[in-house]
Amino acid sequence: MLAAKTIQEQGIHVEGINFFTGFCVEGHTHAIREKDKAKPKRNNSLWVAEQLGIKLHIVDVIEEYKNVLLNPKHGYGQHMNPCLDCKIFMVNKARQWIAENGFDFIITGEVIGQRPMSQRKATMPIVSKESGAGDLLLRPLCAKNLPATLPEREGWVDREKLHDITGRSRKPQMAMAKAFGIDDYSQPAGGCCFLTDKNYSAKLVDLWQARNSRDYELDDVMLLKVGRHIRPQAHYKMIIAREEGEGRFLQGYMKEYVSMSSVSHIGPLVLIDGAPSAEDLYLAASITARYGQGRDAEQVEINVAYQDGSERTLHVKPILEQDMPKAWFI
Amino acid sequence: MKREILNARRLLCPLPVIRTQDKVKQMQVGDQLEVICTDPGVMQDIPTWCRINGHKVLELLSGDHEYTVVLEVGGG
Repeated sequence: MLAAKTIQEQGIHVEGINFFTGFCVEGHTHAIREKDKAKPKRNNSLWVAEQLGIKLHIVDVIEEYKNVLLNPKHGYGQHMNPCLDCKIFMVNKARQWIAENGFDFIITGEVIGQRPMSQRKATMPIVSKESGAGDLLLRPLCAKNLPATLPEREGWVDREKLHDITGRSRKPQMAMAKAFGIDDYSQPAGGCCFLTDKNYSAKLVDLWQARNSRDYELDDVMLLKVGRHIRPQAHYKMIIAREEGEGRFLQGYMKEYVSMSSVSHIGPLVLIDGAPSAEDLYLAASITARYGQGRDAEQVEINVAYQDGSERTLHVKPILEQDMPKAWFI
Repeated sequence: MKREILNARRLLCPLPVIRTQDKVKQMQVGDQLEVICTDPGVMQDIPTWCRINGHKVLELLSGDHEYTVVLEVGGG
C-alpha cells in the first residue's frame, strides 16, 4: 500500500496484482466458521486497491504454484514456507504480466531486513535476477539502500522521493502511513500464508506421507484449513467439523468422501479421507461418537454415508479420551 | 444484452472474485452476470471488485446459506 502510494505521489499510474496460491489466509477460515460470522470478511487486497483508487488484478496461480512449493530451489523457512522461491515466482509472474499489459516496471513493498528469509540485503538481487525482472523491479520503500533501477536511472521515477527503510520495525511505515493520511491498514507482519503456520504445515506433511506422494489439489488445501484432523491409522484420516459452519462446508465434500454423523445424538459431520476397511469404520464411528453429545452414552447410533449415496448404520460405544493416543492428532 | 449465471458455490474468496473477473472478461459492456456463492465474503468482495473495475452491482441477495450478486458489466 505504501509502496504504491509513494509511486502514485509522483503522478505515475499504478495497478495492483494479487496472486492466489491457494494458501492465502484472507478470511477463508473466517468465511467457514460460524463463530467468526461477526468478523469483517473483506479481502485486504481489494480493500487496499479501493483506498488507493487503483485497479486490482487477481491472478489464480494455484497450479503453477505447486512446483514452487514442492521443489523450492532456496528451501523452506521455519515450516513449509518457500518464501524466497515464492517471491521470485511472483515477481516473475508480474514481469510477464507487465509485458502483456503494456506497463513499464514493477514495484513491491519489500524492505531490506524485514523478513528473515526472503527480505534480506543478500536476497534482494536474487529476487531481481532469478525472476528475470532485473532492474525493472523497484522497491520504493528501501530503494535508496539499493542500486538505482532502470525507472530511477531513466528519470521515470524521482529517486530522491523514494525511501531508505531497513529492518524489522514497522515504525517508519506507520509514520509514513500517518503522513499519507492512512489510518486503517492490514496487520503488519501479518502471516498472510498458511504455509508459515506450524499446524497447517504439519497437516500438509501428514497428507503427503499418507499418500506417499508430494502432490495436492485445491480441495486438499482447503480441507486442511477446516476441522480437527485425526489419523487413527496410516491409511485413513478423519476430518471432524468443530462447529456448524465447518459442518456445512464439509457437507460439500460428501460425494467425494465417506462421511459419518451421529443419528441418536447431536454431533459433528465427519469426513473420512483414505481407504478405511469395514473394521476401521467401527473405530472411526466410535471417535465420531466421542465428539458429539453422546460422548458419555453407552451406545451411539452413527450413520455412515458413502460417496454413491448408500448408507449404513453402526451402533458403537464412544471411545474414551485416554484411548486416543496423542499421535493420532495431526 | 446477455445474462449469464456463474456457479461459484463451495469456492472461498478470492476464488469467486477470480471466477467473476475471468467470466466478465469474456462478456460485453451492458451484459449481466449472476454469481451464486456460498462464501458470505462475496457480499463485500465482489461489490468492491466491481467498484474498482467500473462494473455495476444490480442486486445482492442472501438466503439459505447462499449469496447471489448480480452485476452489469461496465466499460472498465
